[in-house]
Amino acid sequence: MSRLAAATFLAALCVPLLAACGGDDALTVYSGRSESLVAPLFEQFSDETGIDVEVRYGDSAELAATIAEEGDGSPADLFFAQDAGALGSVAGEGLLAELDSALLERVPERFRDPERRWVGLSGRARVVAYNTEALTEDDLPGSILAYADEEWRGRVGLAPTNASFQAMVSAMRLQEGDERTREWLEALAANEPRLYENNLMSLEAAASGEVDVALVNHYYLYEVLAEQPGAPIANHFLESGDPGALVNVAGAGILVDSDRAEDAERLLDYLLDEGQPFFAQETAEYPLVSGVEPSEELPPLASLQGPEIELGALGPQLASTLELLNEVGLTP
Amino acid sequence: MSERAARGRARRPPWALLAAGVIAVAAVALPLAYLVVRVGGAGGDALDVLGRARLGSLVLDTALLALAVTGGAVAIGVPLAWLVTRSDLPGRRVWAVLVALPLVVPSYVAALTLLAAFGPRGMLQRALEGPFGVERVPEVYGFPGAFGALLLATYPYVYLLTAGALRTADPSLEEAARGLGRRPLAVFGRVTLPLVAPSVAAGGLLVCLYVLSDFGAVSLMRYDSLTRAIFVQYRSLFDRTPAAVLALVLVVLTALVLVAEARARGRARVHRTAPGAPRALTPVVLGRWRWPALAFAGGVVAFALAVPLAVLGYWFARAVSLGTAIEAAWGPALNSVAISALAAGLVCLAAFPVALLAVRYPSPGTRGLELAGYGANALPGIVIALSLVFFAARYASPVYQTIGLLLFAYVVRFYAQGLAATRAAIVRVDPALEEAARGLGRSPITAFASVTAPLVGSGLLAGATLVFLSTMKELPATLLLRPIGFETLATEVWRATSVGAYSQASVPALLLVAAAAPFVYLLTGRRVSELAAHD
Repeated sequence: MSRLAAATFLAALCVPLLAACGGDDALTVYSGRSESLVAPLFEQFSDETGIDVEVRYGDSAELAATIAEEGDGSPADLFFAQDAGALGSVAGEGLLAELDSALLERVPERFRDPERRWVGLSGRARVVAYNTEALTEDDLPGSILAYADEEWRGRVGLAPTNASFQAMVSAMRLQEGDERTREWLEALAANEPRLYENNLMSLEAAASGEVDVALVNHYYLYEVLAEQPGAPIANHFLESGDPGALVNVAGAGILVDSDRAEDAERLLDYLLDEGQPFFAQETAEYPLVSGVEPSEELPPLASLQGPEIELGALGPQLASTLELLNEVGLTP
Repeated sequence: MSERAARGRARRPPWALLAAGVIAVAAVALPLAYLVVRVGGAGGDALDVLGRARLGSLVLDTALLALAVTGGAVAIGVPLAWLVTRSDLPGRRVWAVLVALPLVVPSYVAALTLLAAFGPRGMLQRALEGPFGVERVPEVYGFPGAFGALLLATYPYVYLLTAGALRTADPSLEEAARGLGRRPLAVFGRVTLPLVAPSVAAGGLLVCLYVLSDFGAVSLMRYDSLTRAIFVQYRSLFDRTPAAVLALVLVVLTALVLVAEARARGRARVHRTAPGAPRALTPVVLGRWRWPALAFAGGVVAFALAVPLAVLGYWFARAVSLGTAIEAAWGPALNSVAISALAAGLVCLAAFPVALLAVRYPSPGTRGLELAGYGANALPGIVIALSLVFFAARYASPVYQTIGLLLFAYVVRFYAQGLAATRAAIVRVDPALEEAARGLGRSPITAFASVTAPLVGSGLLAGATLVFLSTMKELPATLLLRPIGFETLATEVWRATSVGAYSQASVPALLLVAAAAPFVYLLTGRRVSELAAHD
C-alpha cells in the first residue's frame, strides 16, 4: 500500500515537469522586450489564432548572443528585439530569413532592414528624463555628451545592459568616432552614475529623487505616471542630430532555421496589424504603420531628428559596443 | 576488522557496479572537462582575458568579500557557540536553536530583505521620507549589502561546527585551567580556543567556499565578484570566452579553499579521538556580563531571523492590503518541489555505486573514483550552468533547454553532498549480514535488496533530504538552464527582487523559508560540512 502511495506521489511529481517539457509544438519567441509590456499581446494572438506561443524573455543583446551561440540548433522561431542593433547583429550572422514584401513594406523605409531581414514594429526616442522638483528644463543640456560633466556627478541613472542604451552608444561611435565615445563613457563611468537593471528602474529612481536624471526611452514615463499619478518626472528631448536623440525601433525577424516559419509570419503580421494600436496606446510608443496615430501626449515622430545614421548600421557595431562598455567598467 | 578488510580487498567488484560508478563520475566531470576544452580552444583570446587588469580586481574583490564574511562569521559564530555551551546564559537551550535557524534563509532572500528594508525603495526610506524629508538613506548596494546578506546566511555554519566541537571536547583541560585560577577569558583563549580551533577553521573555510560560489546575494547587491561578472559577461558580450575563462579562474580559487578545508577537517579529527568522559562542564557564571551577552545573542537573532521575517511579512501584507496582484506562487512552488525531489532521488542513485565501491571494495582505483566525485564540490552552480549551456547548444541540442539538462546540472552540483551521505549510510551496515544471507543461498542481488538496502534506507533518506533542500534553494544553474516558462521559487524571488518588486518577491521567499523550516531539526543535528549548499 505504502509503495503504491509512493509511486503515485512520484508520478504526481512528474506531471508539472512533463507539462513543462512538452514544448515542441509551440511557436518559440525570444523577446528582448519585457514581459510586463508585451505578454498581453502574445496572449491575444494565441487566443485569436489558437497558436501556442512560448516566450523566452531576456535582454535583447543577451538573446542575440544566445541565438548566435545556438546557431542552427536554436529553438527560436521569431526574435523580437528592443533595438535594431540586436536584430542587425543576428541578421549579420546569417540567422534571419528574408521577409516577405507584404510584411516589410507596411513600415517606412527608415524603420526596416535595407537587406529585408527584420522589420520595425514600434518607434522609440532616447530622452533624458528628469526630476521636476530638482531641475527645470532650462537646466538640462541639449546634448547627451554634456551629461558626463563634473556637475552631474552622482546625479545620473542608467541601465548599461539595456539594448536601447547600447544602441545609443553605437550611434555615438558612428557619429562621433570611437575615441570620443570611449572618452565620454570613461567620464560617465568615473562620474559615479547609478546603474540599474532596466530603464524602468532608472526612471523610478529619477521620480523618487534618488537621481536627478535618467537616460531612458521616452515611453517609460507614462508607465510610471500611470502607477504614481503626479510623480515629479518629465521627459527632455535632446536636440536634433545629437546621438542622445536616437530614434530606434523595436522590431522582429524570423529565424532562418525556424520550422514554424508560417506561424512566425502570422505573428509578425499580427504585430504589424493589431499590435500597432497596442503599441500606441498601451506602451505609448510610436506606431510605424501609417494610419495609426501615436498618443497625443507625444511630439510627432517626424519632429524627432536623431543622428544621421541608418538603423541598419547599428547591427555590426553591437559586439564591439558591448566590449567597450565592459572595458570602461560600466558592465562588470 | 583487518580480516574483513582483507576479504574485501581480495574481492573484485562486480563489473556492472564498477561501470555504473565510472559512468556516474565521468558524467559529473563532464562540465569541468568541457569548460577546459572550451577555454583551451579559445587559445590566445583566453590568455588575453587572463591578462586584463579587470581580472585582477575581480579576483581581489572576490577574495576580499570571502575573507571579510569569513572573519565576520567567526566573530559572531564562535562567541555564540561559547555562550550556549560554556556559560550560564539565561535560556541557552532556546538560544542554541534560535541562532542556528537563519540557516534556512538562502543568501538571496537575505539580500532581498536587506534591500526591502534599507534599499532606495525600501521600508526605511518610506518611513523617513514623509515625516523627516530624508531623501537618501545610506547606500546598501555594493560591499555593505553583499557582506551583510552573506554574513547573516553563513555565520550558522561556524556556530554549529564550533558548538559541536565544544560539546564533545574533553572538559578536563578547561577544568584544570580553572582549578589553577585562570580567569574565564584566559581559559577560553589559552585552552578552549586551541581545542576547537580546527572546527572553527573548518567552519570558516565552509563559509569562504559558500561566498566564493554565491551568486544571488552579490548579484542583487551589484557587487562585482567573479560569479556576478561571469553571469553579466555571459549575458552582455557576444564573445563568451571571457565568461568561460572567469569560470575557470573561479574553479581554481574554489579548489584551493576546498583543499584547505579538507586539511582543516583532517586535523580536527585528531583532536576528537579522545573525547574523554562525556560529562558537562560547570557553566561559567556570567554575572553582570549576562546582559551584554543576552543583547548580543538577541541582536543576532533579531537581525538574522526576526528582521528578515518581519520585512517579508510587511511587504506581503502591503501587497495584500493594496490589492496588488500577487502572481500566484503555487505553480513555481510545485515546480520547485517536484524538480528538487527528482534531483534528490537522482543524486542518491548516482552516488550509490561510487559509495558502495569505496566502502566495500577499497582499492586505489575506487578511492580515486570517490575523490573525483567529491571534486564536484569545487564547481559553483554558475560554472556548471555555463559549461552545460555551451555544451548543449552545440553538441546536444535535443536536451538543450529541457528539464533533463537542468536535472543533470543539479546532480553535478550536489553530487558530493549525496556521496558523503550515501557513504555514511553504507559504512554503518555490517557486510557480514549480507554475507550471511548469501550463505543461506540468496543471490547477490536479492541478498543486497533484502538485507542491506533496508538498513541503508534511513541514511539515504537523510542524504536525499539534504539534496532536496539544496536544490530548492539553488539559483544560478536554474536561472541559466530552465526551460522556457519553467519558474521555481528561487527564480521568482530573483526576478521580482532584481526589478525592485519586493511585494511580489515576498511571496515566493516566504514559501521558500517555510519549505525549509521543517528540515531545521535535520540541519542542527547533522554534520554541518554536508550542509554547505551554496545558493
